[in-house]
Amino acid sequence: MTDVRTPTRRGGSAGGRVGDSPIRPDGTPKVQGRFAFASDLHAEGMLWGRTLRSPHPHARIARLDVAPALALPGVACAVTAADVTGAATYGLIAADQPVFAADVVRYEGEAVAAVAADHPDAARRALEAIDVAYEPLDPLVDAGAAAGAPPIHPDGNVVRRIELRHGDPSVWGDVLVEGTYEVGMQDQAFLGPEAGLAIPDGEGGVDLWVATQWLHEDRDQVAACLGLDPGRVRLHLGGVGGAFGGREDVSMQVHACLLALASGRPVKMTYLRDESFVGHVHRHPARMRYRHHATWDGKLVAVEAEIVLDGGAYASSSSAVVANAARFACGPYRVPNARIDATVVRTNNPPCGAMRGFGAVQVCFAHESQMDRLAARLGIDPVELRLKNALGPGDVLPTGQAITGTAPVAECLRAAVAHPLPPPAGPGLLERPGGAGRTDDASRTRRGVGVAVGYKNLLYSEGFDDTSEAQVRLAGGVATVACAVAEVGQGFVTVAGQIVRTVLGCDAVVLEPADTASVGSAGSSSASRQTWMSGGAVERAARLVADQVRAALARRLGVAAEGLALTADGRLVGVDGAGAAVDVTVAEAAGDEAFVASAVHRHRPTTALDGRGQGEPDVSFVFAAHRAVVDVDPDLGLVRVVQVTTGQDVGRALHPTQVTGQIEGGIAQGVGLAVMEEIVVDGGLVRNPSFTDYLIPTIADMPEVLATCIEQPEPGAPFGAKGVGEPPTISSTAAVVAAIRDATGVDVTRVPVRPWDLV
Amino acid sequence: MTLAIDGSGGGGAGAAYELTVNGTARRVEGARPGDSLLHVLRDRLGLPGAKNACEQGECGSCSVLVDGVLVCACLELAEAAVGCDVTTVEGMAAPGAEPGDAALGGDMLTDVQRALVEAGGVQCGFCTPGFVVAVHDLLARVPDPGPLEVREALAGNLCRCTGYGRILAAVERVVGERAAAR
Repeated sequence: MTDVRTPTRRGGSAGGRVGDSPIRPDGTPKVQGRFAFASDLHAEGMLWGRTLRSPHPHARIARLDVAPALALPGVACAVTAADVTGAATYGLIAADQPVFAADVVRYEGEAVAAVAADHPDAARRALEAIDVAYEPLDPLVDAGAAAGAPPIHPDGNVVRRIELRHGDPSVWGDVLVEGTYEVGMQDQAFLGPEAGLAIPDGEGGVDLWVATQWLHEDRDQVAACLGLDPGRVRLHLGGVGGAFGGREDVSMQVHACLLALASGRPVKMTYLRDESFVGHVHRHPARMRYRHHATWDGKLVAVEAEIVLDGGAYASSSSAVVANAARFACGPYRVPNARIDATVVRTNNPPCGAMRGFGAVQVCFAHESQMDRLAARLGIDPVELRLKNALGPGDVLPTGQAITGTAPVAECLRAAVAHPLPPPAGPGLLERPGGAGRTDDASRTRRGVGVAVGYKNLLYSEGFDDTSEAQVRLAGGVATVACAVAEVGQGFVTVAGQIVRTVLGCDAVVLEPADTASVGSAGSSSASRQTWMSGGAVERAARLVADQVRAALARRLGVAAEGLALTADGRLVGVDGAGAAVDVTVAEAAGDEAFVASAVHRHRPTTALDGRGQGEPDVSFVFAAHRAVVDVDPDLGLVRVVQVTTGQDVGRALHPTQVTGQIEGGIAQGVGLAVMEEIVVDGGLVRNPSFTDYLIPTIADMPEVLATCIEQPEPGAPFGAKGVGEPPTISSTAAVVAAIRDATGVDVTRVPVRPWDLV
Repeated sequence: MTLAIDGSGGGGAGAAYELTVNGTARRVEGARPGDSLLHVLRDRLGLPGAKNACEQGECGSCSVLVDGVLVCACLELAEAAVGCDVTTVEGMAAPGAEPGDAALGGDMLTDVQRALVEAGGVQCGFCTPGFVVAVHDLLARVPDPGPLEVREALAGNLCRCTGYGRILAAVERVVGERAAAR
């Protein structure tokens, strides 16, 4: 089996404390190809599992018989809805999605059956042999019509509707600008396909190594569907090849376990890329009608918005995404009056759920487009208009909640626009719109510049009991950390070591493999929450260890524990019974004795939204501003993004290099949504489920990125650090589109921007 | 129900053949004639370093060298590589290190591998082996590439995490180090 436990470099790691940029503990095996991703796992005698999926977006299953598949050589077993031993449905928030469709399929790619065979090709042939017949039904594909259409699911077509009312929404301003904006369906496009290896334990239980964002949540959903006590289902983190929200929902987990238990053999499942495109949820497509009211001098008076998100066939996390869209619909501005109607509906399109930015991305494109419209209408510079309305500490949000932490909106925007503008494009082909296609006429290429600002919540909201647990053990100068965080690439494994080294003054830190059997839940690697929540749990556990060591040292020295101070760099300082100075690291003071402590970190409680969308739903907020520079070929409608600069609120950068990596990577996904990334869905059918046709930015597409971190430590956060993963993705898209409008004069209202939108 | 578990999927295993991978002759048994080089490397020879992000030649995560030419292993027939020298990321090691050394540690990294780790060019790491092979290939052919040459050469390797900034920084570092050593 795999063992991804990797000790960090021992000794001499002065660079390993909070605020430094030590190397990743998993970096060496990753560059050597030795790091075991979930799709790399192998077990003796294992079978390959594959999933039969619906080719129709909406159909009745008229006939389903797996017997012909079982008759093929090499095929070990097949399972359908009739073989599900526990709950028939699952889901992150509402259990509304069948493990296998039983009577009706509601989206293209919905799972109908699964098989296990001794070779991937045998499994593929087994799928082809399954006798299945469908009676196609009319698909409901228009989100705008879903609320009034006959229900396509027993839970109805409206997953959630929020009617937020703040101040006096009937107030009108001196000026008013209106617009309707659309966002297409974006894919997380993580490179590591959905994968896992299920191994039956011979006693009716199962172990599952899997690439996921939240082991314990998966464990609970899998156990429920298997009809097993959660203790008999043990999940272990397989190496995760990126996530970005797309691994919050269960994909192959239940299927692989059912096959493993049915066959009595280990079963591995790895999706191919086309299957991955229908095997996980996507970013919700959105249609948003906005009306902004302002005074003549540019003060926002009121915002009205009608937001419709297409949730696709099943609920996933839609109810939380739409709540984010509603809460952040007005952008990071002081808006005294608001009327926001936000609805997420069910359709026969692919299911949508979590993706980096989680509802804030869609509305940011709309509110920032509106701010530019307002600036043009008032004749005010777009940056100045935003600064005039920028949120700050203490301001009241449209939910009625006041910001109690930091809110450096103006600082972010000033930093983004302070970076130097790039020089004109050179003659190199890759510097021109259209790249190596050699299509642009340099004399006609136009440059444009745009800005945008966005924000969202950190951590889980709306009264959710958000926790993380960690255990720290110190002995012989080595600290061992157990925490079930899903390391998905974000670098928690690095930051956890830095925190422990800082608190305990040690050099060697070992992270135990993440699983559900040895430690409690760390919560999800989403909502930019792990540095805060699990970093907080690790810090707390380490401080408890430090307290134990201090007490032990005090006993040894015959002094009161209070006489020994724990310094910020993990040393115990004071005087011993003879009056001599004491100055040792916690790790040195511990010696070979073992000290162990566990801690559960909880953020302060939040509340649900009331019937008017009011409450105290959030813990903290994070902000970023972006400036984009583009060159556009106006004849062919081709865009080259030349530069993106940013000012980002980070609280405190615990690992500056990793923060930079999050900023650059997040901007890449924002640029992708602006100019190239869309899952094209036609009549409920996905038309481009491959990297040939769904384009993500390559190294040749990626603009120069210049970033400034705004460091204002956040009260209540470990070491003052805010999560940094999502903000780069929120407003970078809107900034690129603003730059395209500036370059072309075309009133672009939809992303991604396509060539035919510009010519 | 009888199980016919011979690992060939009942599709008829072809004759056994031999591949030279990372300088070592490796016997391949039980493979089907249509098996890709990627499948054989990962699932028959226990070399999962080449990755399976798309299996259709679009992402570069399965980059390997066949007789010194950079290819996507997912698009190569395994049997067609008989008689060729196949180099995977597992065969990349610092000069003097023994390829495939089970105890490979940080000191055994190539300059490209070390730079990717130290510059922050690794996040989830799924694209990383492909980049390691592709960067080595580029710098072997073009010792001092300009920024646009680097971007063009690596445009076949997708990364979804980093936005490429730290990967470019790593390449720049290696180019500088090698120039200084010349």
